[in-house]
Amino acid sequence: VAIRVLFFGILRDIVGLREDRLEVPDGGELRWVFEHYASRFPRLKEMSASIVLARNQQFAAPSDTLAAGDEVAFLPPVSGG
Amino acid sequence: VTVVVELTRTHIPTDGIVARLKAPSDGAVVVFEGIVRNQSGGRPTTHLEYEAYEPMALEKMRAIAEEARARFAIDQIAVVHRLGRLEIGETSVLIAVSSAHRAAAFDACRFAIDTLKRTVPIWKKEYFSDGAVWAEGEAPAAFDAAPARPRP
Repeated sequence: VAIRVLFFGILRDIVGLREDRLEVPDGGELRWVFEHYASRFPRLKEMSASIVLARNQQFAAPSDTLAAGDEVAFLPPVSGG
Repeated sequence: VTVVVELTRTHIPTDGIVARLKAPSDGAVVVFEGIVRNQSGGRPTTHLEYEAYEPMALEKMRAIAEEARARFAIDQIAVVHRLGRLEIGETSVLIAVSSAHRAAAFDACRFAIDTLKRTVPIWKKEYFSDGAVWAEGEAPAAFDAAPARPRP
């Protein structure tokens, strides 16, 4: 199934994309998406302790199941204010 | 009930927003503005840029406003953050709280800015004469009961 993936802040610079479209296995978990990009961009792996994932604009757990049309976002440490 | 929650790419009109919050039953308004400093870690900055995951940031800002009104005996609240390029001295964030008495307004204002800095997906890039870096931030966290930061 197809999902949208968004990257913000330093993660956008690392991946070189603001937004991507990704085919994920039916019933796949969110962690699959992280691993997909971490295998291509090792710095994501190094930064994994500080990266939070959101699914459909809510903080999400790696074990969350994906559905077609989901919007997954990679969020680095926030620095607003 | 006036709850102002906005992301804006232009100047934050603090005076106008504060005026909207005031009601005859209020005895206090507390206003916090975050402004752009001219240095970071001792290095002079030329300007800043902010970006946000806008729909999620607005939702988190609304949640902060609602939580502040639930926790503290306040009247109205405004939570406004600016995005894009900001110059030294400009206002990047505004929290304004009106209430019958000052203690609740101070407490709610402090709660709102502290929570915003931990939970709202907004990022700051600091520009120096010789380059730019993303500010080191805090791993985004949902406040209170939300599950501990889920990590990949």
